[in-house]
Amino acid sequence: MSYFARLYKPRMSVFWWMSRPTYLMFVLRELSSVFVAWFIVYLLLFARAVGQGPEQYQRFLDWAASPWLIALNIVAFLFVVYHAITFANLTPQAMVVKLRGRTVPGPLMAASVYVGWLVVSAILAWLVVG
Amino acid sequence: MPENITLRVARYRPEQEEEPTFDEYAVPLNKDWSVLDGLNYIKDELDGTLSYRWSCRMGICGSCGASVNGQPKLTCATFLHDYAPGPVRIEPLANFPIIRDLVVELTDFMHKLGTVKPWIVREEEQPVEDGEYLQTPAELADYKQYSMCINCMLCYSACPVYGLDPHFIGPAAIALAQRYNLDNRDEGARDRLTVLNQPEGIWGCTFVGECSRACPKDVDPAGAIQRYKVTAAMATVKSLLMPWGER
Amino acid sequence: MAGNKKTIEPFLWLGFSGGGVVAALTLPVLLFLLGIAIPLGWIAAPDYAHLAAVLRHPLTRLGVVVIAAMSLIHAAHRLRFTLHDGLKLGKYDAVIATVCYGAALAGAALAAYIMFAVV
Repeated sequence: MSYFARLYKPRMSVFWWMSRPTYLMFVLRELSSVFVAWFIVYLLLFARAVGQGPEQYQRFLDWAASPWLIALNIVAFLFVVYHAITFANLTPQAMVVKLRGRTVPGPLMAASVYVGWLVVSAILAWLVVG
Repeated sequence: MPENITLRVARYRPEQEEEPTFDEYAVPLNKDWSVLDGLNYIKDELDGTLSYRWSCRMGICGSCGASVNGQPKLTCATFLHDYAPGPVRIEPLANFPIIRDLVVELTDFMHKLGTVKPWIVREEEQPVEDGEYLQTPAELADYKQYSMCINCMLCYSACPVYGLDPHFIGPAAIALAQRYNLDNRDEGARDRLTVLNQPEGIWGCTFVGECSRACPKDVDPAGAIQRYKVTAAMATVKSLLMPWGER
Repeated sequence: MAGNKKTIEPFLWLGFSGGGVVAALTLPVLLFLLGIAIPLGWIAAPDYAHLAAVLRHPLTRLGVVVIAAMSLIHAAHRLRFTLHDGLKLGKYDAVIATVCYGAALAGAALAAYIMFAVV
């Protein structure tokens, strides 16, 4: 029997991201960007309503209370929080910070991102709610 | 513990088939046997035609990579009793062309590794009379993790970007470039930047992170790549804003 | 392998990274308040005069435009790569990239218009 050289090249399925839980979590993390974009649209609609006057502001709040929109925003909130958490947890892997010659340990880096998140959130909440 | 465990091993014999198939073998389930021991038992006792790579059998040479139940593993570092009662599915490493049975074509990586110049690059070698290049333990610690790579290719097998686009330079090549970029004796960072600062270089990476999960030596190539993205982006901005710095 | 091609990827990545920081730090609380808690009445709706004053402050106008622009660039970059990798649309990358980043820039322009001309 003569030697027969033919490489077999496997093709990657378009559903590769369903083949492992970690791949699926990755794709969900990436899809959080769709909800980031959605919230920016919502934020601009909110700002526009405020800019147009008190009646428009009230009408906007009434519209925002529609069940389907609340449901959408709850889903969007979960995804945006997922984005923030994965972002904080991946920061130590992506950035090595040295203070006085010693590397800042990973958990401390992630913790400082969370603290920063809390501080910014508090400031923004105070600005919005007054 | 049952006496035997079934190994379903992928076979590909280009002279007799168009596509891979599976053969099943019953292998003794000894408590300290690795998957590699199982493959060696098959080759010695059951089917001498099975082809696969291995060498050191202790997790340092990087030869024995395979896909065990869909996960990239070193067969010498994966134990049969963890898969009892089985069957255990053994296939060639994903994302590589298959030559025969469990043996895959790795020339692509060997070429890519060469392009990142994985050696100490110096503008001028220090004269021998001046003695060794000195390095403190702290300077060693900066790159030591990335020097642990054994070129086993499990990271390429885990990386979906490489699977989708074989032009992507891949995790290990970038981690090894970083091993030299971060070495204080090296002066080759700019050479490596030219190769890596490309869409099919570091910018193809989307930080899936599966490469670091697959790595048997805790190299964390994903971390190396993200850190290098910052370096490369800063270097690009600097060369744009201060082009007179280029020599 | 191409060695010396100039590429804009580093700048796109910097935009994506910065946008990721901005989105992670600012959007959760804003979404919770403006999208859920206030419409549902969990928190009393802020007095109109207060919100209008906050929004009309030059720093807020600028701040919202920055948040919007950076978050949209972040989302555009991620969506581009998700379509590229998730749906194996790699060979259409030039078109996908143009549409995604183009939409982000359009959104940023819209944000500037709303925050400086309407509010």
